[in-house]
Amino acid sequence: MSTTKLFFAGSGGQGILLMGQMITYAAMLEDKAATFLPSYGPEMRGGTANCTVIVSDAPVGCPLIYEADAVVVMNLPSLIKFEPMVKPGGLLLINTAIVNQPAKRSDIRVLEIPVNDIAMDLGNPKVGNMVMLGALVRATNVVSEDAIRQVMHKTFTGEKAKLNDANMQAFAYYKQYA
Amino acid sequence: MTEKVLMKGNEAFAEAAIRGGARFYFGYPITPQSEIPEYLSRELPRRGGTFLQAESELGAVNMAYGAAAAGGDVFLSSSSPGIALMQEGMSFLCSSEVPVVILNVSRGGPGIGGIQPGQADYFQATRGGGNGDYKLIVFAPASVQEAIDLIYEAVPLANAWQNPVFILADGILGQMMEPVRLPEPRPFLEEKDIRAKKPWALTGYGGDDSGRRIVKSLRMQPDELEAHVEKLFRKYERAQKELCRYESVGIEDADIVFVAFGTVSRIARESIDLLAAQGIKAGLIRPISLWPFPYAAFDALGKKTKLVISAELSMGQLIEDVKLGVNGRYPVALIHRTGGMLPTSVEVADKARQLYQDIIKG
Repeated sequence: MSTTKLFFAGSGGQGILLMGQMITYAAMLEDKAATFLPSYGPEMRGGTANCTVIVSDAPVGCPLIYEADAVVVMNLPSLIKFEPMVKPGGLLLINTAIVNQPAKRSDIRVLEIPVNDIAMDLGNPKVGNMVMLGALVRATNVVSEDAIRQVMHKTFTGEKAKLNDANMQAFAYYKQYA
Repeated sequence: MTEKVLMKGNEAFAEAAIRGGARFYFGYPITPQSEIPEYLSRELPRRGGTFLQAESELGAVNMAYGAAAAGGDVFLSSSSPGIALMQEGMSFLCSSEVPVVILNVSRGGPGIGGIQPGQADYFQATRGGGNGDYKLIVFAPASVQEAIDLIYEAVPLANAWQNPVFILADGILGQMMEPVRLPEPRPFLEEKDIRAKKPWALTGYGGDDSGRRIVKSLRMQPDELEAHVEKLFRKYERAQKELCRYESVGIEDADIVFVAFGTVSRIARESIDLLAAQGIKAGLIRPISLWPFPYAAFDALGKKTKLVISAELSMGQLIEDVKLGVNGRYPVALIHRTGGMLPTSVEVADKARQLYQDIIKG
């Protein structure tokens, strides 16, 4: 039985919840059990956003976690607050385009990815979260790349469908973590 | 069977109510369930139903009373303090035998409390926050799928029992997303069919010789009121025989038996695995019906059991029913958090092990 616990954090508007939802959706397409739990509270635009995703071969227990196999931080406050949440030997993915401090811990694996800079280079500043999602999926294999591709085509329809190429290109960017 | 979809709990609850046949919704926004009125304000009018945002929860429950008395299938939802405001109406609905489906996506209390999940409305739901002798039929789901199934079933169940059916969920279930399968929609009950399906409903005097229909909770003559309450309680007695539901996991030879509902039952399952790794066998009784409470579930506990633990998000409410079910046969202890806090599975396992070792040492 394998269970993967993921945590995503950043500021509102960075596509934090979307990353979590896409992993959950992909897990469902692969017939796995999955839960997605967003933080909720007196939030505001530009404030903090975070979510928890659990993907498992067995039914998921508590959807709330205190320790994650992988944590994605998209801004500095999230690094400070959630670095301790990575379990020893786990993975921390840092958006170094915005976060200008290194991780403190040495008992975890750290991937530093300047996702906003990469997105700008790719010609679309909006796709930073997809660069991060690509790195996460390759580094953890929590779901398959193909499942994420299917999710994109099912999620982004109508007006949003024209973003699919840019999203896929961003998602495919970090090949070396395969 | 329908295709699997990924849905947020609150939206899934709302969709399940529509598919179950609830054509009317009255409510007032409150966190953590505001996605329910939001979803229904969009979907119900589109599908031939009515969404009405009331001026308050007090307004909502009484609009529900009126619409349901006229034969409509009604869904009501709110969260803890809002549900508190509806208690008077629930007493009226039970006394008048008017069926409504009511959902509480509960949060921390007392008072306005907080917006994180809680289970401190257990007494409110099972003992009644309204006045007088009455019972709600109460179910507690532990997953988004189970909530969908219970809400879908609650619409015909409320009609069959002519009693409100109450679903006690919590903020986590409302806010989380899980893959689910939605049931096939039932057609809404049309106005022309109400008289045949609900002969007690206020459909007007004219048209046939079926006589006057009266829906009321006022009975000034004490003997008449006593007879009415006794009639209600004959129904409740039948409900206790027919509606008890629970799930039990590995209780026969368990050293420790947890009793937990909703989100806490999911935490307890993880604690069972943690305890197993330490050589302690733990089991779980998960009440699905909170009223009627499945007291008989405790009769399956064996000689090996040393301790029964009520795990809950309150200062200890479920534990009273646990003690009634255990009936002195085993020691009963409480593991709890409140105010919107959740215990971790490690915390629950550690406390359970400590309590267990204390008992073994004597």
